[in-house]
Amino acid sequence: MRIEFDFMAVLSQWPLLATGVAWTLALTAVATVVGMAVGIACAWARASGPAALRWPVGAYVELIRNTPFIVQLFFIFFGLPAAGVKLSPETASFIAMVMNLGAYSTEIIRAGILATPRGQVEAAVSLALSRVQVFTRVVLPPALRKVWPAMVSQIVIVMLGSAVCSQISVQDLSYAANLIQSRNFRAFESFIVATAIYLVLSIALRRLLHWIGPRFLFGR
Amino acid sequence: MVDFTLWDILRNLLLAARWTVVLSLIAFVGGGLVGGLLLVARLTGGRAAEHAVGLYVQVFQGTPLLMQLFLSYFGLALVGLNVSAWTSAAVALTLYTSAFLVEIWRGCVASVPKGQWEASGSLALSFGEQMRHVILPQAIRIATAPTVGFLVQVVKGTALASVIGFVELTKAGGMIANTTFKPFAVFACVALIYFVLCFPVSLYAQYLERKFHGHRR
Repeated sequence: MRIEFDFMAVLSQWPLLATGVAWTLALTAVATVVGMAVGIACAWARASGPAALRWPVGAYVELIRNTPFIVQLFFIFFGLPAAGVKLSPETASFIAMVMNLGAYSTEIIRAGILATPRGQVEAAVSLALSRVQVFTRVVLPPALRKVWPAMVSQIVIVMLGSAVCSQISVQDLSYAANLIQSRNFRAFESFIVATAIYLVLSIALRRLLHWIGPRFLFGR
Repeated sequence: MVDFTLWDILRNLLLAARWTVVLSLIAFVGGGLVGGLLLVARLTGGRAAEHAVGLYVQVFQGTPLLMQLFLSYFGLALVGLNVSAWTSAAVALTLYTSAFLVEIWRGCVASVPKGQWEASGSLALSFGEQMRHVILPQAIRIATAPTVGFLVQVVKGTALASVIGFVELTKAGGMIANTTFKPFAVFACVALIYFVLCFPVSLYAQYLERKFHGHRR
């Protein structure tokens, strides 16, 4: 029995694959930027915020971290309309990914914040910096530098998790692969090509984030 | 029109949750065995084995689990084996788990202080004896917390098996939501059951982490 592979049947559909890559990157970019902002805010709330805020944030974080992403996505896309909130697939995906990365990055950044030596904060306060300035200029940059490898890993995990958004018909890379194989029945070639592209994307994203971090976020 | 009560929904979801638990255990135990073999290969084989296992880990950690499941489902069918969704999900999740576990365990073995290797080597212990009597007992202590923590990821990973048609909790939730037209209640219950499965394991992993590493703070 000879198995014949026909990769050209898949690669000739490169416009579909390119659209898929664009959507995957767009989902990841929005999730990263907004998700990290949510994470920083929630990490501050959990580490040094008012007590009344800690419990809801903690509940949100534990709920997201202990349920699968696909269930969160289905809840937002299929469940919320029954409560009156109808969302497009793309909007639901953006919201789900932001919430997901927000919860995980809360814990990661909180670990960094808690590792800040107390002396740094005391020195900053004695220099008459406001609370906001202490947090954004003294506590946060070293915290981000310490946890940056873990943060990068989490962002890559979220990018790979975005493959699930194809299940609610967002036209990302998995959707493109599914569409191609449904048309020419080359399922194995189609998914191998998509998997290889994801692998390249994850390696490139890791390099890019390790380059961006020291330059734009927390200084060398 | 038939009216479905919350208990109808919950009852059927709990029946489906059995399969989530079974698949998670199969993947975790199988992945542990394969990961253990790979760890031995990585530690005792030469640079070739190290590179091969490193490549294996890079591939499984750098690609989506969804794609791995699709490839296992369609790929195994290509080779001629008539695989059900069960088998391909079990195979894919086992390999996925093994890649992450071998990386976790490699890190734990590497974090045993080098002095332990040197001291046991100077006592004329062979590599196997060093591993068995000196290094592995310490590495296992360090490895318990992250390994238990990874079990949570495995349980969440089984949710993706629903996409290749394996009827576990998420797929059952989708089917029940389509039947009852109550997606809000159904998916809320699905999330709740996953939470009840995963949260105690997370707490246990945190407890283990404090117990074995608290002294380092």
